[in-house]
Amino acid sequence: MEPVMAVVVGILFAASIYMMLRRSIVKLVIGLILLSNAANLLIFTIGGMVRGLPPLIAEGDKLPAGGWADPLPQALILTAIVISFGVLAFAVVLIHRAYEVVQEDDLNKMRSTDT
Amino acid sequence: MSLEVALPIIIPFLAGSLSLVFYRAPLVQRWLGVAGTGALLLASIVLLYRTYTDPDQVLSIAMGGWPAPYGIVLVSDLLGAIMTVLAGIMGFATAVYSLPTISRDHEAFGYYPLMHLLLAGVCGAFLTGDVFNLYVWVEVLLVASFALLILGGERAQMEGAIKYVALNLLSSILLLVAVGLTYGMTGTLNMADLVGRFAAMENQGLVTVVAMLFMVSFGIKAAAFPLFFWLPAAYHTPPVAVSALFAGLLTKVGVYALFRFFSLLFTQDVGYTHEILLWGAGFTMITGVLGAAAQYEFRRILSFHIVSQIGYMIMGLALFSPLALVGGVFYIMHHIIVKANLFLVSGVVYFLRGSYELKHIGGLWRTHPWLGLLFLIPALSLAGVPPLSGFFGKYIIIRAGVEQESWGIVAVALVVGLLTLYSMIKIWAEAFWKAQPEEHEERARAFEAAVSGKRLTLMVLPIGALAAITVFIGLGAQPIYELAYAAAEQMRDPQIYVNAVLGDTQ
Amino acid sequence: MTAMGSLILRTATRLLLPLLLLFSLFVLLRGHDEPGGGFIAGLVGATGFALYLFAFDAERTRSLMGVDPRLLLGLGLFAATVSGLPGTLLGHAFYTSLWWTPTLPLLGEVKLSTPLLFDIGVYLVVLGSVMTIVLALAGAEEKAEETTWNR
Repeated sequence: MEPVMAVVVGILFAASIYMMLRRSIVKLVIGLILLSNAANLLIFTIGGMVRGLPPLIAEGDKLPAGGWADPLPQALILTAIVISFGVLAFAVVLIHRAYEVVQEDDLNKMRSTDT
Repeated sequence: MSLEVALPIIIPFLAGSLSLVFYRAPLVQRWLGVAGTGALLLASIVLLYRTYTDPDQVLSIAMGGWPAPYGIVLVSDLLGAIMTVLAGIMGFATAVYSLPTISRDHEAFGYYPLMHLLLAGVCGAFLTGDVFNLYVWVEVLLVASFALLILGGERAQMEGAIKYVALNLLSSILLLVAVGLTYGMTGTLNMADLVGRFAAMENQGLVTVVAMLFMVSFGIKAAAFPLFFWLPAAYHTPPVAVSALFAGLLTKVGVYALFRFFSLLFTQDVGYTHEILLWGAGFTMITGVLGAAAQYEFRRILSFHIVSQIGYMIMGLALFSPLALVGGVFYIMHHIIVKANLFLVSGVVYFLRGSYELKHIGGLWRTHPWLGLLFLIPALSLAGVPPLSGFFGKYIIIRAGVEQESWGIVAVALVVGLLTLYSMIKIWAEAFWKAQPEEHEERARAFEAAVSGKRLTLMVLPIGALAAITVFIGLGAQPIYELAYAAAEQMRDPQIYVNAVLGDTQ
Repeated sequence: MTAMGSLILRTATRLLLPLLLLFSLFVLLRGHDEPGGGFIAGLVGATGFALYLFAFDAERTRSLMGVDPRLLLGLGLFAATVSGLPGTLLGHAFYTSLWWTPTLPLLGEVKLSTPLLFDIGVYLVVLGSVMTIVLALAGAEEKAEETTWNR
């Protein structure tokens, strides 16, 4: 399973970078969304993928019998998803308001603060 | 267990949530702003004192009573405590400065809650002892900074904010990836635990890969070369109190994280990682100062100077000798105070003249000589004129460079110091020395008439206080030097940190 | 935005909104011992109001909610922060969980705890922040439409 996931993560990273390099701010945000998903999948894969081994300890035991899935990466991903949800919601509001103010979707035309 | 390590995070959260509850009462929010940041300042000073007098000089508490390395710990070593005090000073100064400068609209948009949230994120990042928790705090302060940056919603703010948001999100995701890889490799996220685990790794090449990911991520946040472009595009656009807060604290979170990671965790391959940091530092200094030389807008000049000054701090880290680290810590302390103060001065100039464009303003020395004096103290300190604080910061770092015979970086640091002086003299000559240009006189008059004496006093109070601190750091450099020296000692010996955090569990 | 709400959607929303809100409370309290919790419950609650927003408009949603979402945000943040303090008063570390199981008439044994307070705080924060963002977006949209109509 891991090699497949590695390829998927790689494709997601590539796609997100391609999107972020476009000029449109909408595509920029789509790229960021893809990127955060790619990062989450990466953590998920790194944590080790096992099937059907919940990290539950039977009563009286000190360790779960027969190995277990590491719950921590999932907790990390959950936190990261919550955070990226908030941040990306903000980014969507931002591009919406930026579009209203600037009347332009093209990053090349948003250069008045560059030097 | 002691609460004082958590207090610098709890206080801004309480103040912020209360000012959200009172979103309809700007007066309450203003008082909460001053009271909350004042309490934060007090708590941080207590924390620094406790940390300094502690036998280990490291305090740590385990959140929820889950012991390290399994639970999340908050750790206050000297570096973290010093940074927290600086955050407290900056928060208090900007909260007072906000009273006369933040408009009703900005208050209604949630300026005060966001300011508290930003401070909570900054203090959290300084105090956490967990890599993933650091990511969370960085996101907290980023979200707050995003919203503060577009406060007012003008065109320039939007354009600056898009670049700022995009690049900082990219850096956060890189940080997340690095954190994930760290966990995958070592199975822990506790910084103290990571020290031993990284050292015990068989494949040190992988450690260096992760180190580089962290470096790029924090490099973007610290605005180091070649990743600094978002900063001069964004920092001059928001209300000036926000600019000052950002200039003082935001990039310094990146610098702090670099100091933390590359003194505590990634010291296995100093010849490689710190060499890259050194080159980055050199180019950061040069590009920043040259960018500033080309500018004629008050806050843009200052923004580019943030970039160039970051170079000095990273140079201190990159040389990685005891003296260089002392210099780096000293420089951070000096820089936060001075740079934020310059932004605050630029705000007063704006409220007196109606523009940040140096070509449109002038004659301030004639009408407000005290303001000229208050500008000169931080400006000359930034350039490194003795006996102000910047001189000692530069002196220590350059001396460390000479001792290591890294002549290239020493030459760069000296030249950049001169060019900084050039920029500061340019601002002085344009804004204070030359006469007010006639074509813009009307607006200047209107602005000056609109500022009441009371508002001006409130604006000048924090500026005066910060200038006094600058002079104090310069004249009383010895105790500050000793503090920086103790912090650098801790950075040189990660085992102090590890033992204090893991304690008996080891 | 007004054109979006069809009759079917409006009728369905009237039925669904109370259900969604009740369900969100259920998920919130269930999170105590089983899957659920403040974050997901807050999202479910926000879904209900967002649906109402699509069916009707921002103004009516605001008056239906009764309180400004920012107030919810503030109260939630406050509750979540404060929930860490009782532990420290008893000499434990910050955010140490305290449990308290009084037996009430009619309800039987009730489990109260500082994590519950924290979860309620998270619920309010999520509900408040999602609604702030959604209402801000919808409000801006409606304003834009008004100006185009007036032109």
